[in-house]
Amino acid sequence: MDVAKNVEPEIEDDLNKKLAIQIVKESEDDRLMRLSVGPQHPGSGHFRFTVTVDGDYIVHCDPDPGYVHRGEEKMCEYRNFIQNIPHLERPVIHDSSNIIYSYSLAVEQLVGIQVPRRGQFIRALASELDRQIYTLYWLAIYGIFLGHSTMFMWPTGDRELFIDLMDALTGARVTHAFNIPGGVRNDIPDGFKDKCLRNIAYFEKRLKEYEDIFYNNPLFRQRTEGVGILTKEDAIKLGVTGSVLRASGVPYDVRKAEPYDIYNEMDFKVQYMKSGDSFARSYVPFLDMKESCHIMRQLLDKMPDSGEVRAKLQPNPKGAPGEAYRRVESGRGALGYYIVSDGTPKPYRVKISVGSFRNMIALPHLLVGSKLADMPSVYWSLNYWPVEADR
Amino acid sequence: MTSEPKEKPINSSTPQSSQSSPTQPAKPATQPAKPATQPAKQEAEAPPFEKGIVSQIISHFGDDKIKVSYIRPLRIKISVDPANIVEVATFIRDNLGFDHAEAVSGTDYPKDDQIEVIYQLGSYSRDDMEGHIFSLATRTNRDDARLPTLINVYRSAEYHERETFEMLGVYFEGHPRNERFILPEDWADLPPLRKEFRIRGR
Repeated sequence: MDVAKNVEPEIEDDLNKKLAIQIVKESEDDRLMRLSVGPQHPGSGHFRFTVTVDGDYIVHCDPDPGYVHRGEEKMCEYRNFIQNIPHLERPVIHDSSNIIYSYSLAVEQLVGIQVPRRGQFIRALASELDRQIYTLYWLAIYGIFLGHSTMFMWPTGDRELFIDLMDALTGARVTHAFNIPGGVRNDIPDGFKDKCLRNIAYFEKRLKEYEDIFYNNPLFRQRTEGVGILTKEDAIKLGVTGSVLRASGVPYDVRKAEPYDIYNEMDFKVQYMKSGDSFARSYVPFLDMKESCHIMRQLLDKMPDSGEVRAKLQPNPKGAPGEAYRRVESGRGALGYYIVSDGTPKPYRVKISVGSFRNMIALPHLLVGSKLADMPSVYWSLNYWPVEADR
Repeated sequence: MTSEPKEKPINSSTPQSSQSSPTQPAKPATQPAKPATQPAKQEAEAPPFEKGIVSQIISHFGDDKIKVSYIRPLRIKISVDPANIVEVATFIRDNLGFDHAEAVSGTDYPKDDQIEVIYQLGSYSRDDMEGHIFSLATRTNRDDARLPTLINVYRSAEYHERETFEMLGVYFEGHPRNERFILPEDWADLPPLRKEFRIRGR
């Protein structure tokens, strides 16, 4: 394209595709037009990025996160380990069991407690339920993003299956504050197991219908297949995670790579695809939902019938001086907490490494060179949750 | 139009049964009678695989350049001088197989008058190191916080370093954009994750 002379790559790079160019010089060429997307764009979440277009083609993209930045990491330094639980769930309210899971693991390592076996099963079950809730929400937005209204209605409705279960389990529809250091807050209620199995069986039937109406829809296929291809080498170099990584042919899942709690006893397969396009990135979470149903059945089956669900914890526990970095697999990829403790009840430093922030680097990389009309299908296929990335 | 997706997902076959309980402390205090107050004891001995990784890097650079902070199951942390960090990171990427940066974070230590920047490096390409995290740490002075950038070694560190710049005021030399990222556009205060920045009313 003619506009190539206007841009200067700053970083030496050996990515397969040409580097997503970070800086565009002010140009006198009025062919280029700068468009602002978000932060109040319907569907984009609270995320702003600018794209510079030359006709139909995007020549530059610059993400500008931070619209919903709330300083979670700074807030952690003012509260003790237990007080941090409720506000750390806020970045992803749909997936709150997962975002607090790795925090609990890191605090348990620093404080030095072990979770009872039944508690490990229940918190894994809660995190799998939340993974479904999050993925269905994401799928609904993806559907409406591509103009498929039915795919907005169906997942939003079926999400209630799992929200009801979490409501029965924890007492809250979202932000449950259920996975806590030491185990879970309460035991499962009576009749929960049967209700859970019933809902999973119904949901698996629905998944087949999703495939028919959405994933095999010719219009959806045309808008996603071959669009925004991220090769395996680039995916590794850019350090993306979660479904974006698995769609590019890297079978990496923290539940397999570094099994936490009872995941080493679960029999499941890491779902991945090789094409690396928007279709693969949208289909891998769907396969994950199927696999998650499989995991939940095993969890319910193998769960011990009785026992403690939470280890006793001192009211204001002190962490051992030192640091811990623990990860779980959330709905958006690896989610890690790096906690530095100085021996007081408050953490000295908390760093949240979230999948959305890590996947953001792929957005300019994929958008540059593609058409503006492909922007929604590329953007939302990155499984990007703006609130989580801003923290 | 086929009814199947065009590529079937392939089953992964990387069972990692040996890592049953990855980073449990050596002596967890499970008894309710004396909970939590006892800090976890230091690990008795370093696990052999992780020790092998560290011995590779020490034999290449020598004892004086590399300071080993800890070796735990699946976790390694070393500290290096800012002058050597590019060289060490290149060695880690090319010879040890850690191919991406998961997180870059900074910790402010006003008592030492230093800021520690730590790169959490992971591996996607080696099956036997999927669960390992290599923490590469370096320290710089608080007053003139400058470090060489690692984005030419780890491309994935770009946004993380930019975030570290605005949150802790560490200037990464060679980074194309040491500028505002997440904070508001009109932010004119201290870098917020420095310890002298206080939340109002706290």
